Amino acid sequence: MSIKDIIAPFSVWKRAFEKPYTSKRPIDERPGAARYRGFHINDMATCIGCGTCEEICQNAAIDMVPVSKTKHGDSGLRPMIDYGRCCWCALCVDICPSGSLGMSNEYIWVDSDPEVFRFIPGQDNKSWNDSSLGYRRAEGYDLLEGERVAMPMLSFEESQKSFIEMVQGYSEEQAKREADRCVACGICIATCPAHMKVPDYIEAIREGDMEEGLRIVYQANPLPASCGRVCSHACEYVCAVKHKGEALSIRWLKRYIIDQIYKNDYQKILDEIPEENGRHIAVIGSGPGGLSAAYYLRLLGYAVTVYDANEKAGGMLRYGIPEYRLPYEQVDKDIIYIEGLGVTIEQDTRIGVDLPLTDLYKKHDAIFFSTGLTDPYGLNIAGEDLKGVMSGLGMLDDVTQGKTPEIGSSVVVIGGGNVAMDAARTSRRYEADVTILYRRREADMPADEEEVEEAQGEGCQLITQAIPLRLEKGDKTRLRLYWGRAEMVPDGEGRRPKPVLVEGSEELIECDTVIPAIGQAADYSFIPEELLSSIEFTRGYVKVNEFYQTGDKKIFAGGDIANSKRDAISAIANGHSAAKGIDIYLKNFKEEVSRD
Amino acid sequence: MVGDKVKNRDKFPPVSDGKSQYDLYSGKYLKVWQGPQHPGITGNMSLELVTSGDQVVEARTHVGYLHRGFEKLMERRKYIQCFPLVCRICVPEPDFNEHLFAECTEELAGITVPERAQWLRALTLEMARLTSFLMWIGGQAGSFGMGTLGQWTVTMRDYMLDLFEELSGGRIYHMYIIPGGVRSDIPEGYFSRVEETLQKVEHVLDDIELALFHNAVFKKRAKGLGIIDPSLVDLYGITGPNARASGISRDVRKDSSYLIYDQLDFQPVTDVGGDAYARTWVRFQEMYQSIDLIRQMMHRMPESGPFFTKLPNVLHWKIPAGQTYKRAECTRGEYGFFMVSDGSEYPRRVAVRGPSYTHAVTLMERLAVGANIADVAGLMVSLHTYPPEIER
Repeated sequence: MSIKDIIAPFSVWKRAFEKPYTSKRPIDERPGAARYRGFHINDMATCIGCGTCEEICQNAAIDMVPVSKTKHGDSGLRPMIDYGRCCWCALCVDICPSGSLGMSNEYIWVDSDPEVFRFIPGQDNKSWNDSSLGYRRAEGYDLLEGERVAMPMLSFEESQKSFIEMVQGYSEEQAKREADRCVACGICIATCPAHMKVPDYIEAIREGDMEEGLRIVYQANPLPASCGRVCSHACEYVCAVKHKGEALSIRWLKRYIIDQIYKNDYQKILDEIPEENGRHIAVIGSGPGGLSAAYYLRLLGYAVTVYDANEKAGGMLRYGIPEYRLPYEQVDKDIIYIEGLGVTIEQDTRIGVDLPLTDLYKKHDAIFFSTGLTDPYGLNIAGEDLKGVMSGLGMLDDVTQGKTPEIGSSVVVIGGGNVAMDAARTSRRYEADVTILYRRREADMPADEEEVEEAQGEGCQLITQAIPLRLEKGDKTRLRLYWGRAEMVPDGEGRRPKPVLVEGSEELIECDTVIPAIGQAADYSFIPEELLSSIEFTRGYVKVNEFYQTGDKKIFAGGDIANSKRDAISAIANGHSAAKGIDIYLKNFKEEVSRD
Repeated sequence: MVGDKVKNRDKFPPVSDGKSQYDLYSGKYLKVWQGPQHPGITGNMSLELVTSGDQVVEARTHVGYLHRGFEKLMERRKYIQCFPLVCRICVPEPDFNEHLFAECTEELAGITVPERAQWLRALTLEMARLTSFLMWIGGQAGSFGMGTLGQWTVTMRDYMLDLFEELSGGRIYHMYIIPGGVRSDIPEGYFSRVEETLQKVEHVLDDIELALFHNAVFKKRAKGLGIIDPSLVDLYGITGPNARASGISRDVRKDSSYLIYDQLDFQPVTDVGGDAYARTWVRFQEMYQSIDLIRQMMHRMPESGPFFTKLPNVLHWKIPAGQTYKRAECTRGEYGFFMVSDGSEYPRRVAVRGPSYTHAVTLMERLAVGANIADVAGLMVSLHTYPPEIER
């Protein structure tokens, strides 16, 4: 202790003359920092309502609530945040796959009504809605993976030499890594025509429980080996993770499950032994729609006979899709299990030719038909009947039957759908030079994106905005195809522009074969007059109600003839719905009707 | 044990079986409750004091006013969901919790953190240390009647919080250190603003040295108060400045270096007094040391680089079964997290070892005996304890 200890403290009196630290201004004039985690903002147009924010919130402060404005690939829900629970940790912002959630730097909100502090950011009108400052996920920090695990594939040089399956399939490590990307939002379930429980089977992959995966898949899809390869995967177009980069490869993951299970183990794993209920159903057509209906009807206890015109079952899966996309053994894998449940398939039986439909009508309690689109559209140009013109479907059918198509060394495929791509790529495998003509733009092509890409990768030349004009017999080659350039002309609001021929433009391709693949129509010639009168049609489609029942109460229909999507998974979904419809009809209405 | 080294031994009640045998009805003794809202108690706990005259003859500590069950809550939350919880375990110093939780998770999951993230973590930890001490010294001075100093330092703390707000988006709960790294890089021009604030803090610290450490009142009251004999250090598990003020050089940053502390130049600050004055002095010197470390880091930190490692999808992140204990030097001493994983998406057990438990409960019960009742608050603050981390 010294004299200094008495005097020194007084020296800090000087601070009394310093400028005070405190601010005289009201507090709301001090803005939060540029990264401040203040009140939430949500870009309603970008948000897809996936609910990942709700999932990660450890305070359960977020509830997903319905809103009126929605879009495709949108759950129709938006986060409502309860500021009585929120802790402003911003994990919801960090994880948001669409990047719509953020936080403003506003932090003062005074109200006497506690209810107002539960609000829907972006929908409720708040002063901070347009704030550009505030917390956002930083570049270089991300809780989700936007990049897909690359699928091992044959190189284009290799793939075009044979019909070996191009997609090789994931290894266990790859499948688990890909499955790990899922946020389990379920928008895929809503979008899938068959409403497959995608997040559940993806979870089964993560858990390494393939048997559980198989059980989940079969709840909504009895053709997973095929679908896991050629599904049009509407799910992937709406996948929440797609907003970060690439969608989950849902289709390949489904395939992964099926590839892990030996076909003879299905019976043991699925353990489905239906009890007979004594009723008989006829199914016409063994494509995806017919097989799906047959499977679910069989599980409900019905005796099911499938009548099919071809030598083998599978319909378009077998006869319309080349083996490098869908090997026949995979189609067989699906069918063998369905047959194992007791479904009878009568091959080489064309209804209307080998057996009249009226016979089936009398013999069975109900009929489901899913006969597909089998009549290819013609080009309606001169010279269409010349030798060397063959339909895409006809050519693919020949290949399946083991015939070598006579296509020569140069082929022109006309069309932009999957059949056109299949015909073109199959032609490449017979060493032909292939040109694809499509009348609209590449972006308008109805074929799957990867099909178009792979066709070009394998050396098919794509010419878009090209309209075929006429065909003539050639001298060096079998055919001379004249075609003209098209320009895209707007066709009114909400419609895609239409191709219109540029007058005077005319170009020539010399080729051996022209393969039109511009779509196909249904063939209803097997339906006799007396039944035809009660079935209604709209623009070539069979008109059905929500149970896929036609105008004739006993006849149900599905697949390409009854839905506009015209893909395998929609047909499978139709078959499932029709099976339920038939069951409801026979259990509840049949007796009453017959008493009348 | 009670009162064996204090003067006026006759004031103390007779001891039998290690317990004081006092009769409150004799009128010689008075029982006083200090807390749980007493400003001298740094948070919600209370002291049950028995006094004879103005001298404490027995002290009992009581905790349990602040239990929020964080450790249990974590067992019901996915790993990533624990991240916003842990910062709340110790309010004035959330960053050490964030760091240790992240480090345990990363070790069990086998994740390596990028170098820049390690520097940024260490930077925030030192900033947190300085910020926390700025609040403590206000309490220390205030408990001896010098409230003005607290006003200066709490202002400085607010300037530090401005820096945290700019870096992390939050003033109190920074939620900046996340398993995998940190959530963002530093904003542009950040270091110059840190330097500006450090200079302001230094200026105030210089004044505090004059006003506190060369102050007859503080010296008279703090010197000799609550002496921790070096022999008690291991007996009570004393760590941090409380141990260092008794001449035991014990610092996790040196003894078991973590992050990038082995790349920094510093020596643990020690003193030999072992009393409240020495402890205050050690901490005061450590504030300067923190400022120095922050400056060292700002100069040596790699200029750029990734600050976050990609994690597996945190929504279903399963961490292999195992257990680990990680520790760090917080302002009060050794702070540790013990984490057990059973291989599921949820931690099986997270146990937090805060230094305040030993310092504020067992040690305080010993040191308070013999102290003047007016000095109990000052003694309590000189042990620098935060009840929130006693009750996890």
